[in-house]
Amino acid sequence: MTSHGICDRVAIVSMGCTPFGEHWDKGADDLMLDAVKATLAPTGLALQDMDAFWLGTYMSGISGLTMSRPLRISGKPVSRVENMCATGSEALRSACYAVASGAYDVAMAVGVEKLKDSGYSGLTRASIPGDGTGGTLGTTTAPANFSLLGPAYAEKYGVSQSELKDVLTRIAWKNHQNGARNPRAQFRKEVAPETIARSPLVAGNLGVFDCSGVSDGAAAAIVVRAEDAHRYCELPLYVKALSLVTGAADGNVDPNYDFTSFPEVVASAREAYAQAGVTDPRSEIAMAEVHDCFTVTELVLMEDLGFADRGMAWKECAAGAFDLTGRLPVNPDGGLKAFGHPVGASGLRMLFECWLQLRVEAPADRRIPDPRGRLGLTQNLGGGPGECVSFVSLVGTERGA
Amino acid sequence: MNGLISLGVYIPRYRLQREAIAAALGTGGGRGSRSVASYDEDAASLGVEAARKALSGVGHRPERLYFATPAPPYLDKSNAAVIAAALGLDRSVFAADFGGAPRSGFGAMVAAAEADAPALALLSDLRTGRPGSSDESSGGDAAAALLFGPGTEEDPVIARVIAMAATTEEFLERWRAPGAQHSRTWEERFGEHVYGPLAEESFTAALKQANRTPSQVDRLLTSGLATRAVRQFARTSGVRAEAVAADRWNELGNCGTAELGVQLADALATAGPGELIALVLLADGATTVLLETTEHVTQRRPDPSVAAQVEAGAPISYATFLTWRGVLDREPPRRPEPDGPAAPPAHRSAAYKHSFQATRCTACGTVNVPPSRVCYSCSQIDEMAPAPLSTTLGTVVTFTVDRLAFTPSPPMIAVVVDFDGGGRFRCELADADPDEVHIGMRVEMSFRRLLTADGVHNYFWKAKPLRSSQTNSIEENA
Repeated sequence: MTSHGICDRVAIVSMGCTPFGEHWDKGADDLMLDAVKATLAPTGLALQDMDAFWLGTYMSGISGLTMSRPLRISGKPVSRVENMCATGSEALRSACYAVASGAYDVAMAVGVEKLKDSGYSGLTRASIPGDGTGGTLGTTTAPANFSLLGPAYAEKYGVSQSELKDVLTRIAWKNHQNGARNPRAQFRKEVAPETIARSPLVAGNLGVFDCSGVSDGAAAAIVVRAEDAHRYCELPLYVKALSLVTGAADGNVDPNYDFTSFPEVVASAREAYAQAGVTDPRSEIAMAEVHDCFTVTELVLMEDLGFADRGMAWKECAAGAFDLTGRLPVNPDGGLKAFGHPVGASGLRMLFECWLQLRVEAPADRRIPDPRGRLGLTQNLGGGPGECVSFVSLVGTERGA
Repeated sequence: MNGLISLGVYIPRYRLQREAIAAALGTGGGRGSRSVASYDEDAASLGVEAARKALSGVGHRPERLYFATPAPPYLDKSNAAVIAAALGLDRSVFAADFGGAPRSGFGAMVAAAEADAPALALLSDLRTGRPGSSDESSGGDAAAALLFGPGTEEDPVIARVIAMAATTEEFLERWRAPGAQHSRTWEERFGEHVYGPLAEESFTAALKQANRTPSQVDRLLTSGLATRAVRQFARTSGVRAEAVAADRWNELGNCGTAELGVQLADALATAGPGELIALVLLADGATTVLLETTEHVTQRRPDPSVAAQVEAGAPISYATFLTWRGVLDREPPRRPEPDGPAAPPAHRSAAYKHSFQATRCTACGTVNVPPSRVCYSCSQIDEMAPAPLSTTLGTVVTFTVDRLAFTPSPPMIAVVVDFDGGGRFRCELADADPDEVHIGMRVEMSFRRLLTADGVHNYFWKAKPLRSSQTNSIEENA
């Protein structure tokens, strides 16, 4: 794959993010507007100053009208994009490439999802006429799809079921610790490991506390040409890498796939590191926001992103390597686990945490160690083991390092 | 006339202990157990499983398929066509449904025997009754498939039909109006009174055709839903006492339309050459068929045997039984109801959906499941040949127990299966308990009804554990 990265060609100059949670009193329209308003405010820009919009939503609306109508955006290109749970990242990627191409000077990426109006917990799907053989993501639920990783990982690396459960519990515990310090997070309480471990099983060895929150929310970003960044903001975030890999969905078809990794994540990380010139992610990355839809996903991602050696992530997680104070803080905002997961907004929510942390604006009680000169990573995933979409971005506060 | 080439019986895995009925209702029940079709099985899927056993290892492909059941999954639409598709039979096969009770099962068998081409008679039943009723506790679910044909060197006739005689009589003994959930019966003593002479008449006529006497009968198999009349005839038929075959009431119950097939399979499991077997059915008159086993009967025993399938049974609670039968309207999982299949895509993928036919890349040999026009391994386009997988065994690679999924029988077990010889498939695991599933578990495929939406049954394939009690796997037998 030839991919010409756009390292340092565009910058994020403002971001906004609503609290995530059960917004019984707000619709998708309100959430979008709240995020957009918060994003515009510090810049002095107005909606009409944007040249183009990309709206990411999984199932809260169809077409650009989903946003242009409630926000009364007139005479501008507004596109709705969708790539399952990587939808918010897809919106960002589109806006960045549009500006990098020279087509626009100022673009806005917005992600929104209103899940709590469905009446169901967990994700529901749009219905597409089919032959009833279900596609491989058809019958089982999302937690079940991801829980396929557990037995395979344990078998391959000789980890006992109880050892694995302990590690998953620790990942949930860590993300709840971080989320408890985040005013925008859906769950703001520390949770005792015993409570996590004893929570009712949802699928495989994943309990209720191993699953991310179903929530409503929105996030937004303004993207400009890197050379213009300081016109809008003192400390912009330069986009170092954007990599999206959509798998051939052959993990459920090809016996060579072993359900202990996401090959799409490995490929998108490799690509992103190449675009940004990262050779040692463990030292060059200051923090990572990763797609911890389920605790076991975060475990496997640590290896796929190169944060831990193969078969070692379970030990490193247990030892606290990815804690807020560990060698590489992962999900300092609480992650999908505690911050919540409004599908279309999550990718941008991850970037929002990089925005806060790299610019040293995160509250002191969950601030990562000095990030200067280092990068923030977001990893956002749609689909499941065997067939997924993976996005990895790298951002930093220094241009042309 | 055709001879019997092969016989397959399918007994679903689950058993309801009759004592559980009395424990719940304070009445009904009795001793022993009855067989119960799982929530994802119906008369058509039971029939498919029985037919797969009958056709396993047989070169004959039926050109006629006659499906008889009193519990058809569809009206207006042919269930026999669904079954023919699941069996992967050629489009030129004539498949037709025989509606109605046990007599139609006998009718299907006679029609198959009298056909001028290889023909398969499929007898399938799901017995039901009001909670606490005799029909509920005494019924059993099963299917039997009888393959008839002229016989060849490779697929010889194992039993010849040497006589058939019938009496037909109109009287009120058992009836059910269309749409009614349960059948009703007149007083049993009346049935006994009417059936006695009818049975004797058909039995005598058949023996006379064959120029035999009752004492020459080696095995007398009697069936019918009028239990008293059936047992009475067995006693007074004039056959030697030791020739009266035992039924499987105590373990399986009376399998109604499929019962004569179950009994015949039991008989053929031990019958030697040259035995005279009389099949007598009491239903709206009486029918008798006399079969004589050939020297080949020892070469093709029903496999797996009824005894082995009885052995492999697993218990379910009465509440589960009632739930599966739709009698107990329980709270569904809080998930959107799955959609039913749409007609055009289901038609396009019929070979995969119904007979589980995948594709094999002719360029690199890789098996692609589901069928694909582009090989996932070598990316060649449109270089595919059919790869039938319905009888291929596989191994579980990883698994999960989904406690949130929409299913009438939570939790749903999902497995990733790698097939022997290539191909991977992710599906539900049927007939299994959550604590027995493990990496490395051996599985076989089973035709099931995934769900019903808007009256459309979504038939597809699931894996199920390969049980050690099976004497031979389907594959090894083939």
